Amino acid sequence: MPDVAIAGFAKAPNVRETAGTTNGVEMLVPIFAEVFEKTGLSKQDIGFWCSGSSDYLAGRAFSFIAAVDAIGAFPPIHESHVEMDAAWALYEAWLKIKMGEVETALVYGFGKSSAGQLRRVLALQLDPYVVTPLWPDSVSIAGIQARMGLEAGLWSEKDLAEVAARGTDKDVSELLDTPYFADPLRRHDIAPITDGAAVVILSTVDRARDIVDRPAVITGIEHRVDSPVLGARDLTRSPSTEIAAAALDLDGADLAELHAPFTHQELILRTALKLGDDVKINPSGGALAANPMFSAGLARIGEAAARIHSGESRKAVAHATSGPVLQQNLVTVLEAR
Amino acid sequence: MTETPLAAPLNVGFDYTRSTGPVLGRFVNALRERRIEGIRGSDGRVHVPPVEHDPGTAEQLSEFVPVAEEGTVVSWSWCPEPLDGQPLSRPFAWALVRLDGADTAMLHAVDAGAPENIHSGQRVRVKWADDTVGHIRDIAYFLPVDAEDTTPTESAPPVAEREEGAPVSVIITPVHLRYQHSASPEESRYLRGLAEGKLIGQRCPACEKVYIPPRGACPTDGVPTTDEVELPDTGIVTTFCIVNVPFLGQRIKPPYVAAYILLDGADIAFLHLVLGCDAQDVKMGMRVRAAWKPREEWWTSLENISHFEPTGEPDAAYETFAHHL
Ligand SMILES: [Zn+2]
Repeated sequence: MPDVAIAGFAKAPNVRETAGTTNGVEMLVPIFAEVFEKTGLSKQDIGFWCSGSSDYLAGRAFSFIAAVDAIGAFPPIHESHVEMDAAWALYEAWLKIKMGEVETALVYGFGKSSAGQLRRVLALQLDPYVVTPLWPDSVSIAGIQARMGLEAGLWSEKDLAEVAARGTDKDVSELLDTPYFADPLRRHDIAPITDGAAVVILSTVDRARDIVDRPAVITGIEHRVDSPVLGARDLTRSPSTEIAAAALDLDGADLAELHAPFTHQELILRTALKLGDDVKINPSGGALAANPMFSAGLARIGEAAARIHSGESRKAVAHATSGPVLQQNLVTVLEAR
Repeated sequence: MTETPLAAPLNVGFDYTRSTGPVLGRFVNALRERRIEGIRGSDGRVHVPPVEHDPGTAEQLSEFVPVAEEGTVVSWSWCPEPLDGQPLSRPFAWALVRLDGADTAMLHAVDAGAPENIHSGQRVRVKWADDTVGHIRDIAYFLPVDAEDTTPTESAPPVAEREEGAPVSVIITPVHLRYQHSASPEESRYLRGLAEGKLIGQRCPACEKVYIPPRGACPTDGVPTTDEVELPDTGIVTTFCIVNVPFLGQRIKPPYVAAYILLDGADIAFLHLVLGCDAQDVKMGMRVRAAWKPREEWWTSLENISHFEPTGEPDAAYETFAHHL
C-alpha cells in the first residue's frame, strides 16, 4: 500500500462572523485557489474530494451540496462527505489513497458557526432520547468536566489560565481576576465562536515529492470513540485518545497541534498523549485562538503539516476531536521523511 | 457588489419523533408513574438512564433495577442565562446526579438558586413535573433534598401524543432552532432585482454560462459568477410534471403543472408553475411568459411572478434545449 503525505494546506481567515451565505461556500472559493496556487495542482489533478460540515450549523438539509459548487463539480467528480469534523474526511481520503484507488485527494471542512446559537445547536449531538430534550449547552457540559478535574486535584484554575495565557497578551493573574462565564469556566477557558474553513491536499508520498520539498508523511493515524453516555465516562480522562495514541509511535515528536476547545481539555489531551515538556504545543494558537466548527480538527493536521513543510518540525502529532467533551478523537503522526 | 447581502431570521422546527424500544420504553413508562428504573450491566453496575447494550461487552441488557429518586451531585456547572428549551428559565446548575442504587450519573438541572447553594457531594431529589407523560422531561429538575418545594414547575414543551392510558412506545422531542440566514452577494443582487420586477442573472467569467438565480460559485469552474445580465421574462418549458396528488400546504387545486422554465438567454432552468392552459396541453419546448403579480405586492422574492403562461408562439425544437435537460 502506498504511503500517504500531506502536500498542501490553506485556511480561511478565522473571524467571529462573516457576511457570507449560511452554508459558507464563499469561504471555500479563495482557499481552494490558494492551495492550488501553492501546490501547482489544478482541479483536474484531484482524484477524490471529501468534506466535513454539519447541516445543523447551516439550518438546512444537504447544506454541503451548495458548497460542492465551490469545487467546480462539473464534469462529475468523485466526492464524499462526513457530518463531523473534516479530520474524519481526511481519514476517508487517506483510506482511498491507501487502497490505491486514487493518487491525490482534497479534503475540506467549513461552517458558519455565527448563523445560529452554537452552544445550543451542539445539543443536537447528544443522546436524542434522554439528553437532547433537556437542551444542555456545550459550555455547561464542558464546565461539568472541568470541575471534575479541579475537584480531583488534576488541574487548578491557574493551570487553565496558563493554557489560555499562551495565546493572549494578558498574564495569568489578570485572567484569574475575570468573572466566571459559566462557573467554573471563564471566558478565556472557552474557544471563541468562529466562522471558518480549511483545506488539505493529500497524495501518495511519491507524488508529494513533486509538490513540496519536505512532504509531511502520515506515519500513523488512529481514531477511537468513548461512550455517548456522559455520566458513565470518567470525564477527567480521554480513554479514546489514550487507546489511539497507544497504537501509534509518538516518540521523538517535537510539536503537537491539539484540538481542545476548552483549556482543561488541552491538559487532558497532553496527558492522554503522554507529551513531554519539550514538545511545542499549538504554535498555531489552537482552537482557543479560533474554533471554526467542522474544520478546526482538520486545521490541526494542516497546521502541523505546514510546520513540517517549512522545516520547523521533524515529527509532529495532530489531534482532532468531534462530539461533546472529547467524545471522538483522531490522532495523526506526521514526519519529514 | 458592495451592497450588504440580504439576511433574515430563519426559524426551523420539527418534532423529532422516535420509537422507544424495550429498554427506553420501560424507562419512560416508569417515569410516567414517577418511578426511575435503571438496568444492570454485565459487570453488575446499574446504569441510569438505562443503556440497551453493555458499554464494555456490548451484551444486550435486560435486568431492570428500581433506583431511588434521591441522589448525589457528582459534578456541576452554573448556567447563569438559561437558553431556550432548558429545564428552567431562571439561573440553575447543570449537574451529573448519581441516584441511590445507580452506578452511573444522569445529566439534569438542579434548581439551586445561586452557585453558593450547590456543591459536589450534595444530596438532591427529583422534582416531578405536574403532569407526567412518559418522557425525560417528567423529571422537571432536581432540588437540594432539604429545599422547600414551593415553586410550581414550568411547563415542558409538548413531548408525546398518545391515547389515555396507552403505554409509551414513541417519544417526541420538539427541535426549534433560530438562525440569521444570509444570501450570497450574487443572490442578493438577484433578489433585489425581483423587487423591481427585473430578472437578473449573472455570467460565469470562465465558461460564460448565464445562471439565474446567480451562483456563489459556478459548478463547472468553482468561481463566483460576476457580470450582471438582465434576462427577459420569456422562455421555454424544458421539462415538467403534472401534479395530481394533494399534499399539506398545497395552494393550487390539482391537477396543475410544475415545470422547469429556461428563460431566453439563460443556461440554467428554474422551477415554476405553468398555468393559463389545460395541464394536458403543456409540452416540452412550449414558449411561456411570466404572469407578474400586481406591482404593490412585489418584494425580494420569485413569488412576484405568480406563474408562467403560454405565449402561443411555436414550440422550440427539441435540439435547441436538449443539452439543458
Ligand atoms: Zn463557469
